[in-house]
Formats: sequence, structure tokens, C-alpha cells
Amino acid sequence: MGHAPKSITLGEEHRAGPEIRSIGSKACVVGVSGVALAAILSFGGYMGGSAEHFFRSYLFAFLTILTICLGSLFFVMIQHATAAGWSASIRRLAEHVASNLQWIWVLFVPFMLMVLAGEGGQVWHWMDPAHVDPIIEGKSGFLNVPFWSVRAVIYFVVFFAASKFFVGTSVAQDASGDPQLTLKMQKWVPVFIVLFALSLTFAAFDWAMSLEAHWFSTMFGVNLLAMSFCGFFSWFCVMTFVVQRQGKMLNEVTKEHWQDMGKLLFGLGIVFHAYIGFSQYMLIWYANIPEETTWYLARVAGPWAPWMWFLVFGHFFIPFVLLLTKHTKRCKPVMTAIAVWMVLAHAVDVYLLIMPTVPAEALANASDWADFAAGARAGDIDVGYQPQLTDLLLLIGFFGFFVSGICRSMTKAPLVAARDPRISEALAFENM
Amino acid sequence: MTTLPDFIQPVTEGETVTEAPAVEKAGWGLMAEFENPAQIMAAAKSARDQGFRWWDTHTPYPVHGLDKAMGIKPTILPLLVLGGGATGLLSGFMLQWFTNATSFDFWALVPIRGYDFLISGKPLLSTPAWIPVMFELTILLSAVGCVTWLLILCGLPQLYHPTLRSPRFARATDDRFFLVIESKDPKFHPERTKAFLESLNPMSIETLED
Repeated sequence: MGHAPKSITLGEEHRAGPEIRSIGSKACVVGVSGVALAAILSFGGYMGGSAEHFFRSYLFAFLTILTICLGSLFFVMIQHATAAGWSASIRRLAEHVASNLQWIWVLFVPFMLMVLAGEGGQVWHWMDPAHVDPIIEGKSGFLNVPFWSVRAVIYFVVFFAASKFFVGTSVAQDASGDPQLTLKMQKWVPVFIVLFALSLTFAAFDWAMSLEAHWFSTMFGVNLLAMSFCGFFSWFCVMTFVVQRQGKMLNEVTKEHWQDMGKLLFGLGIVFHAYIGFSQYMLIWYANIPEETTWYLARVAGPWAPWMWFLVFGHFFIPFVLLLTKHTKRCKPVMTAIAVWMVLAHAVDVYLLIMPTVPAEALANASDWADFAAGARAGDIDVGYQPQLTDLLLLIGFFGFFVSGICRSMTKAPLVAARDPRISEALAFENM
Repeated sequence: MTTLPDFIQPVTEGETVTEAPAVEKAGWGLMAEFENPAQIMAAAKSARDQGFRWWDTHTPYPVHGLDKAMGIKPTILPLLVLGGGATGLLSGFMLQWFTNATSFDFWALVPIRGYDFLISGKPLLSTPAWIPVMFELTILLSAVGCVTWLLILCGLPQLYHPTLRSPRFARATDDRFFLVIESKDPKFHPERTKAFLESLNPMSIETLED
């Protein structure tokens, strides 16, 4: 108290330097080459690649970075909704991530074209007329290609508008310093939160849950939200560490802020996520209704089982124990190491959401659990278990686009919302 | 005539009464009053550097950094809460394991016996079903343990405190900052400690009686 500066005069340490520019351009190259290599492998049929696997994998990579961006948008909106003072100095970093939502729809265009060309059945089996059965027919009021496409457009319009509004208004405040802009964001944020929640929930239904159109879970949307928290808050720490390594934002993002970023990762990204994930699992496990259990059976019996155990320990238990104490949260290198791990765990989490397929017929014919598990492990029953280099290449490629998007945003606007009316509160912020 | 004990013998006329030596009474402690947080911070730092151990500060609101200025050691409360949580987790598991998945009996004031009973075709040891209970007990014992240990560590409830005798001290909840050094502190000396407090430029110094 009394030592922290009360305001920020924008200087070199608040602007992206040549390092960030070079990271951005390198990331773009990585992005293009990653996706190109994956396309060559898949469409050329090398290393077991196929077009079908490519698009499934593409959806996985897309959702991995989309959830991180959605998490950042949610973080920014919550700061406005609660009129938070502590985060004013770190909010811009999150806004740089959220700005990706203004272009990320481009990556969805291939799906859109594919679906409109009548080839959507390669990813979402209910789009294929050959797969339509009475259950899917009953859902056709919601699950039909025209409505699905219109909804996808609406989601991206909402994400775009929210990102444009919050990032744009905040950047505009850098020039004018007008506190009215803060009040304006505060006034509109509840509307955006409602639109965001609906868009995220239905996007989760449309893009991830409808991969198995027979299966349903009302918790699926909030589960994707929890995944977004985990993805973003871990990414937040990694990104802030990289920025601070270049001697930037050292007085603006203090240990106190790091501790709070750690708390958010711990509370929302790890505990809340486990809570939601477990709640969904337990209800289905307990009711034990075949039409509901199939989705989990494909994941817990057979080759995916070790991956699920990895999530239990690597995504929940170990980081939970490590982040319990404030000492890890206040130690930047330790916190960053955990955050890097959590970004990877987040990717595995999305992978397990998207890649496994439910072999409905085999499940109906299996005499018991062990019989099914043995068949799935032996490869006689297809649970969609074919991890390929394509998955990794696409993931790296999409992260390349994502990072270059952040870097581009950083070169256009400062790293801190210097004239936010609450900036002095953020600079003087202390936990204890 | 009954003889009275010595100490209530009336003073007879003409006898000289020797007064007690004029050493100032130490009382319970000394209290200095300050006007703003910056002064109490400086005062706390000096008191810490003097090596006092039995002393405290009283402020109307939490003053950031005062813990450090006072040199207070980190609390062990988090570890105690962790212990509470672990106890809850384990007892939640043991409770359900014994009552649902075992059939042995033992004597705990009354003979009690586990009842292994298949419920809806689930395995006897059904961890997923038990997690909600384990979770709730973890939360319950952490929270209750946190409050209980907090009260114990703070020495609460405490119905009386010598500072409360001072009418000035009422302003500790309003706009004044107090530093109190207790006379049981090994470094306490009625005059020297008073001189030390005076060197801090307080608004007033008061001797507190127990």
C-alpha cells in the first residue's frame, strides 16, 4: 500500500515489441504448415489418414481453441458485470484473446460448405440420410441442416458482436479515457451474458453433442463452459508469463493478480469442471439407462479408458492438490508449468469429447461389460480409437492461428487498458 | 475480646504509616493512540524491531501490509483446514464402505454391524455413488473446522479485554489506530516502554488496568 503507482503512462513496457511480432508471424507459418501437412496426410491417405478422420480431427482442434476464446470472452464479461476493480490491469490481455472471436468463424467455413454441399454426414451422422432412424427423425425439428446452419451463423454473430463490443469499447477508452464507456459496457453486459450462454450451450449441442445424435445430456452446455474456463485460465497464465518474460507488464500484473488467476483456474477450471463432469457421469451411471450409458461406455470400457483415467488424475486430482496452496499460485514459474500442463489436459479433454464414437449395435449385442471392453480393446468393436499424427498437426496448426491472432491484436492495441477508471484499484490490489 | 489478625488491625493514633514506594504501577499494559494508518504502520515496525512479543494493534479496518509490519508469522490455519477436509473425505468413505459394503461387526458402545446390500445392481463398493457424501463431508468438516480452529487460535470467545475499559478505545472501531504492549512481555518496562511509545509520537498514551 502506498507504493503502487496510481495510474499508467503508456510506455514501451505496455506495447507489443518485435518479439511478439516475430512470435505472431512464426505462429502463422506453423498454423498454415500444420494444417497443410495434416490435409496432405489425410486426403493423400498416408499413415491411415482419411477425409472423415480429418474433419473429425478438425472439429477437435477447432473446439480446443474456440473454448479458450469463449472462456476469455466470459472472463471479460464477468469483470464488467461485477464492476471488478482488481482485474482492470489484466483485462486487456484477456481481451486480446477474445478478439480472436472476430475471425475464428473463418475456420468454421469448411464445415459450413461441407454441410451445405450435403456432405455433413461425414462428421455429424444425422445429416446423412442413410443414417436416419425413428429417433433421429423425431429430433428432426431441431436437427435439420437448414436450421443447424442458421444457428451456426447466429452463434458466430453473437461471438463476433460481443468480442467487437467489449474489446472495441475498451480500446476506444485508451484514446478518450471516458469513464462513460465503462458504464456503457456495464449496462449492456447482462444482455451479452444471456446471449453468450444460449449460444455456447446450443453450439455445444449442435457441434459436439449431435456427433452422437441418439445421446443427450442437458449438462452438456455447461460442461463446455467449464471446459472453456479451464482452457482459458490456464492459457491466461501461460500467455502472461510469455509477455512478462519480455520485460512487459511487470508492474501491472503482480503476484497478487497471479494468485487470483490461479484461484480462477483452480475454482472454475479445475473444481467446477470436475464437479460438472462428475455430475453428468454420476447421474448417467446411477440411472443406468442404455440409451444414456452408451456415450460413457464407449469412453470407459476399451481403449479410451486410460485417457479417461488421465483426465481424472491429470486434469483434476494432481492439479487440484498442487493448486490448493497459495504458494504455488504466487510462484510464477510453478504456476506457469501447471498452466502449460492444464492447456495440454484441456486439449485431451476436448479430444475425448469429440473423437470417440459410440458403436450402438455392438453395445446392444454385447453380453456384458467385459465382453464389450475386450472387443473394443481388440479392435473388433469400433469406438473411434485411432489417434493419428493428423490430430496433433491440426492441434498445433490451430494453436498457430490462435497465437498469431493474439499477437496481431497485441500489435494493434496496448497490453493494458491504461485509462480504465478502475486502474488505480487494480494496481494497488492486494489479496492479504 | 477476639483478636483481629494483623492485617486488619486499625492504625492507632500516633503511629506513622509508611507509604508504598513510588514505583509506577505497570498495570496490564500500555496503549498508544494514532491518527492514521501510516503512523500505525511505522509504530508497528518500530515495536517489531524492538523485539516485543506480547503486543497488538487495533484498527477500524484491515490495513494492508500491517501483518508484515508487525512481523506476524503465517498462520497454520490452512493446514488445519486441510486436515479437516481430509478427515471428512476419509470418514465419508469409511462410513459408506462399512455400512454398505461390509458385513463384519464391532463394538462401539453398542455392537454395530455393516450391511452389505446390493442396490440397483451396483457393485457393493460403488465409489461414484459415494462421492457426493464424501464431497459434502469434506466441505462440512473443512468449513466447521476452519471456524472452530479460527476461534481457538484467536482465543475466542473472550468476554472481557482490558482495552475495553478505556473510553478512548471505542474509537478503534471508528477512526483511531491503537498499539498495545502488554506488561507480561519480557521486554516490558514501565518507564522505558512508555518512553519508547512516546518516541513514536502518539496522540495519547494510557496505562491499561486489568
